[in-house]
Amino acid sequence: MQENQVAYVRSEMERPLAAPAGQKGIVHWLRTNLFATPADTVLTLVALAVLAWFLPPVIRWLLIDAQFTGENRTFCATVSQGGIQPDGWSGACWNFVTNKFGQFMFNTYPVDERWRPILCGVLLVALLVPFLTPRAPYKAANAVLLFVALPIVGYVLLIGGWFGMRYVPTREWGGFMVTIILSYVGIVVSLPAGVLLALGRRSTLPVIKALSVVFIEVVRGVPLITVLFMATKMLPLFMPNNAKIDDFACVLVGVAVFASAYMAEVIRGGLQAIPKGQFEGADSLGLSYGQKMRLIVLPQALKLVIPGIVNTFIGLFKDTSLVYIVNMFDLLGAVRRNFSDANWITPQTPLTGLIFAGFVFWIFCFGMSRYSIYMERRLDTGHRK
Amino acid sequence: MASEQVLRGSEAPKVPLIYNPVVRGIIFQVVAFVALLALVVWIVNNTQENLRRIGRTISFEFLNERAGFDIGQSLIAYSSDSSYSTALVVGLINTLIIAVVGIVTATLVGFVIGIGRLSRNWLIRSICTVYVEVFRNIPPLLVIFFWYLGVLAILPQPRDAIHLPFAALLSNRGLTIPTPVWGEGAWLVGVALLVAIAMCWFTARTAKARQMATGQRFPVFWTCVGLLIGLPLIALAAMGFPLSFDVPVLGAFQARGGMMIGPEFLALYLSLSLYTASFIAEIVRAGIRGVGRGQSEAAHALGLRPGTTTRLVIIPQAMRIIVPPLTSQYLNLTKNSSLAIAVGYPDLVSVGGTILNKSGNSIQIVAIWMVVYLTISLAMSLFMNWFNSRVALVER
Repeated sequence: MQENQVAYVRSEMERPLAAPAGQKGIVHWLRTNLFATPADTVLTLVALAVLAWFLPPVIRWLLIDAQFTGENRTFCATVSQGGIQPDGWSGACWNFVTNKFGQFMFNTYPVDERWRPILCGVLLVALLVPFLTPRAPYKAANAVLLFVALPIVGYVLLIGGWFGMRYVPTREWGGFMVTIILSYVGIVVSLPAGVLLALGRRSTLPVIKALSVVFIEVVRGVPLITVLFMATKMLPLFMPNNAKIDDFACVLVGVAVFASAYMAEVIRGGLQAIPKGQFEGADSLGLSYGQKMRLIVLPQALKLVIPGIVNTFIGLFKDTSLVYIVNMFDLLGAVRRNFSDANWITPQTPLTGLIFAGFVFWIFCFGMSRYSIYMERRLDTGHRK
Repeated sequence: MASEQVLRGSEAPKVPLIYNPVVRGIIFQVVAFVALLALVVWIVNNTQENLRRIGRTISFEFLNERAGFDIGQSLIAYSSDSSYSTALVVGLINTLIIAVVGIVTATLVGFVIGIGRLSRNWLIRSICTVYVEVFRNIPPLLVIFFWYLGVLAILPQPRDAIHLPFAALLSNRGLTIPTPVWGEGAWLVGVALLVAIAMCWFTARTAKARQMATGQRFPVFWTCVGLLIGLPLIALAAMGFPLSFDVPVLGAFQARGGMMIGPEFLALYLSLSLYTASFIAEIVRAGIRGVGRGQSEAAHALGLRPGTTTRLVIIPQAMRIIVPPLTSQYLNLTKNSSLAIAVGYPDLVSVGGTILNKSGNSIQIVAIWMVVYLTISLAMSLFMNWFNSRVALVER
């Protein structure tokens, strides 16, 4: 009398039911994201109308009607302006950019010697990429090479005059190369200087504190242009007789001073966010001031303010364009300078050149901000309140 | 034995003076101070010697000399015969004009874009995100050149100027807008406006007091709108409309009549406000998102409608987060207005730069710049701190 017990064991999962009609797919997406309410619908339609009015001419100008080849202005000028394009034509003049690319990058740096800045650039990239990749080994050696060796090698290479290399004075430098040099020096100087100033501002020693506060607040209170004017017009007056300072060096000093003050405030924010217990814990372990800051406080503080530090770098990178006002030609200055080249004067040239320069600046700044978001996520150990 | 040791240990230990933190601090500060003093003395000495060599002294007397250059835009009486100091005042006024107009526009655009980035509408959100990411990552100087050289310079000649609404004309010489011309008896309109403002203030106060006392509300906003528009209109009608407009008409080289706003001002104004707006948008977004979700849920649970929730619960708390960084953006805009020198808009730095090149008194000019900008920064920080203390929530 064996009872056959039949048990039902499901061996595979029941397939989920399809979503109710209207809760899935493109129609649902459109309904929730574009036409949720009457007001939303109106907004969407207005935005679509604006885009339809604005985008096609822009795309036509940038790509479809644009001129890509040609060695001089006639390719970008209409017949009545002395060119080959039909009257009423308007489009980007990309051949201006391709023809002047070397000038935009190096401005008046001698053509035969341009391998030197290119080599420096290659070295910079070769050192920067492993430095910024978290998994790459030998960080300490990498940092020494990047922040100590590279400036020396770069200086020797760019100025020349040694080892049979031709001497290239700084007034022949220019273009994107100058933008990179200015931001690189600004970054390399401002980070340690900013740390020192921030520690000075948080110090219990009244004289040190007062000096730091005055320096930071004065520099942050005035525009960069006045700092640059001060560096180029007044710094030479401060030096002893006959000491001639290079204009480029003056600008470097100005940019570094300016960036340091901003960096100091960012780092101070980080220092203030460290709980008091960390300082007291370090003290109770018997660490000296230097050890306490170097091993306990700064690693935590700097990690907290990475977004702020990168924002300062981005600001610095954009601000380097201001050296144009004190007669230095960075990327923007080099582009601007070529507008007055008689071989290229057309109504389309300035817009094209500026869009190119803007695109280069944009790529770099946007890349930096993305990298900062990535690092922030990576370093987030969940200790944040 | 043991007690002896304890006794001995409780005596002040003999530590070399150099390890005493107080003494160390003093030594360190004295060294730093002396080093700085030496540097300053060295710089002052060098400067004096250099100035003597080129036959100059540091004095501000040159400010009374004849300027000898023209300024395109000036609110006060100025000609090339005026003194350098008058020129600097004109520059300062122009700086303040661009700063105020730019701050107002940047705040409006920034708030709209910032709120737009939080919209449920995907299209609006994307457009606002693209705007912020584009403008935030481009140097303001480039944006100024973009407007000045790329857009405004290739507009048509004044004789074929573009007609805009309200009879404004736009050409490569700038924007010309109609100006009101006040006739006989127009003073009454001004008086009516002042009376309306006073009545508004009074209404707001009494309405608030009444709501606090009885809970009854009064439509303050619409009353004020009615007062501010109605009273001046009544005054105008009473005086028989003593108002006409000086409408610009096309000219060969320049539009005639109306008020002309130069391309330099337009380029600077558009760039600074659009550039700063992208930063303000991010601040506004962060501020609104910084208000906890529980706040709006609690408000909904109390039965407040979405609009009321935003106005009475979200915005007041968001302002607490928004105001401090907003202050630094306002200061940035003011400082960035010094980029005027790149397009020749006569602001303080631009005028100062001209004087510096003409007279060579670099130390004095840079000193004036620094003092003026530091004063502006200080004044603006004080005002915004006061504003911040009003919007800041009082916590237990």
